[in-house]
Amino acid sequence: MSGEPAYVPKSRLAKWFESRLPVGGLIHSSFVVFPNPRNLNYWWTFGGILSFMLVAQIVTGVVLAMHYTPHSSLAFASIEHIMRDVNYGWLLRYAHANGASTFFLALYIHMFRGMYYGSYKAPREVLWLLGVIIFFLAIATAFTGYVLPWGQMSFWGATVITSLFSAIPLVGDSITTWLWGGYAVDNATLNRFFSLHYLLPFMIAGVVVLHIWALHVHGSNNPAGIEKKSAKDTLPFHPYFTVKDGFALVCFLAFFAWFVFYVPNYLSNADNYIEANPLLTPVHIVPEWYYLPFYAILRSIPSKLGGTAAMFASVFIIAFLPWLDTSKVKSAAYRPLYRVFFWLFVACAVLLGYMGSQPPEGVYVIAARFLTVYYFLYFLAILPLLGRFERPKPLPPSICDAVLSKPDQAAAADAN
Amino acid sequence: MRHGIGRGILLAFGAVLALALAASAAKLLAAEEAQPGPVEKQEQPNPPRQEWSFGGPFGRYDQAQLQRGFQVYREVCSNCHSVDMVAFRNLADPGGPGFSEAQVKALAATYKIKDGPNDTGEMFERPGRPSDYFPWNFANEQAARAALGAAPPDMSLLAKARTYERGFPLFLIDPIIQYQEQGADYIYALLNGYTNDNDLNWNEYFPGHKIAMPKPLGDGLVDYADGSPKTVQQYAKDISAFLMWAAEPKLEERKRLGFRVLIFLIVYAGMLLLVKKKIWSRAKLKAGHDLP
Repeated sequence: MSGEPAYVPKSRLAKWFESRLPVGGLIHSSFVVFPNPRNLNYWWTFGGILSFMLVAQIVTGVVLAMHYTPHSSLAFASIEHIMRDVNYGWLLRYAHANGASTFFLALYIHMFRGMYYGSYKAPREVLWLLGVIIFFLAIATAFTGYVLPWGQMSFWGATVITSLFSAIPLVGDSITTWLWGGYAVDNATLNRFFSLHYLLPFMIAGVVVLHIWALHVHGSNNPAGIEKKSAKDTLPFHPYFTVKDGFALVCFLAFFAWFVFYVPNYLSNADNYIEANPLLTPVHIVPEWYYLPFYAILRSIPSKLGGTAAMFASVFIIAFLPWLDTSKVKSAAYRPLYRVFFWLFVACAVLLGYMGSQPPEGVYVIAARFLTVYYFLYFLAILPLLGRFERPKPLPPSICDAVLSKPDQAAAADAN
Repeated sequence: MRHGIGRGILLAFGAVLALALAASAAKLLAAEEAQPGPVEKQEQPNPPRQEWSFGGPFGRYDQAQLQRGFQVYREVCSNCHSVDMVAFRNLADPGGPGFSEAQVKALAATYKIKDGPNDTGEMFERPGRPSDYFPWNFANEQAARAALGAAPPDMSLLAKARTYERGFPLFLIDPIIQYQEQGADYIYALLNGYTNDNDLNWNEYFPGHKIAMPKPLGDGLVDYADGSPKTVQQYAKDISAFLMWAAEPKLEERKRLGFRVLIFLIVYAGMLLLVKKKIWSRAKLKAGHDLP
């Protein structure tokens, strides 16, 4: 980006430092004068929200780790010690536990936004892939974190998910034993999960840096799905997007605070307030809500290996979106058919989540099977074919024109 | 575009709703078909929702109720159940039953606490101190199981460790109306659920109806000093409240702080919105176009 004013250090100290490490210039060009498409809507604020939530999770997590004991006979009591005796320990723990949930909520909105507006398409495929890596790491982080309180659902959730690896032919059992560090989920498992749970967030933070780097090569996609062409199409990041992102973040934090302070246990399972007992299996083993769609896919296939493969495939397939979607038009605003299939996919994902929370029997299994079929059809058939048969609406010549001629009114006029 | 998304969300929501309704209808039909004969009903009813002083955004514990509940715990429950995670000193903590330091000290001294080893290597018993945790009547779980037939669960977290399914669509409304007292409701219902006089181990609300704990409460069993009714219902209400406090002793602090945090965030958001509008109005002038 050439037209933006360069960073000029004012004080002597700043000049001295800048000539040795030009970090001021980097921040200036990335977060002050960086030209953003002017038509970004509020769905684009979730990237900033996610960055904030990641930092909040790391800060609360580091303090929690100072009071937590990763031992199978002490972990459960140490959580209660945090809740009862540590100053504001209840706040730290509730903020951290609900922070994980709200992180995933923001992550899913961020991903669905990318899908709706075709943000994964050229030239942003690597940006999308880095995001998918963050998603994988977040799944692993949250899974290892959920085991740490060593409640019944921690223990049995860990047992069910790690046992999935035993479905792999020949080496499955060895892999499971290796993961557990023994012949069952036990103290060794808890210790390594704690270690990984501390490590993975910093890996996420590293990939986030790459993600933002890749983002700033071509800049954000936008609701019109066309690239910026002139200075008229953009506004500087500061103050326009700092204030907009800031406003959205504070609104999101109010929503988050509602959960932390008023319904802190709504999103968790009551069974996790019972200490882990290897001899007593809970009636229903249910993972956290953000895994439920994938859990439903796992259970909808009547074979352990098949179900496991389908579950992993349902996560990995997201990485292939840039090549499965054959349409050159990015934004769903100009793709009338894609829009319908996209929202059906959203409904499918939500319903899969509901099926995952229900006992695997009767009508729930049948519904989950139909939904699983749609889930994979969306990626493997609908997206590749739609690009060939769909007739997209005419794209506006520039972002500026898109803003002026509100595509929705144009769409409505077309329909009439 | 905003309009398009709105329509999309409606479409998605409509699809979710239609399928959920179809699923629950199918489930009802299946349930009806599955009950041909005079089979004993296995599904237990949902506990009725109670009024609790600690519910809602401004919820507070009722000190007198917690004190009565503690009395029920001490005279009835503690014969079998432990409260491992509650210390005597907690009874004087803010947001709790509100006993005085002196009362806690005197109460603790009535308990025998096993301590040691001393300088000669012997374990010994001494009177309790406020910093001690409530001791259990049994040496360990096996001893309790041998004496009672089943191990009674520790009650420190019981009010958060018990719940019941609210089902669709109620579970979507619960976070909005801040319904978090399922555990207390369940315990209250359970203690009032011994409705079969011929079988003291039959409970209406216990999954499967067969509960190892025989009816623990009876009218007049605990002698209240404050003139509250000496009925099973009152005892059940008081002990449920006490157990909620035992499980969530920082509830008052949490809700009080939460209200302030929310007020701050809402005011701050409002101010940011005004700033945002002001700044974005400049963009309109800059481009010379009519921007949204």
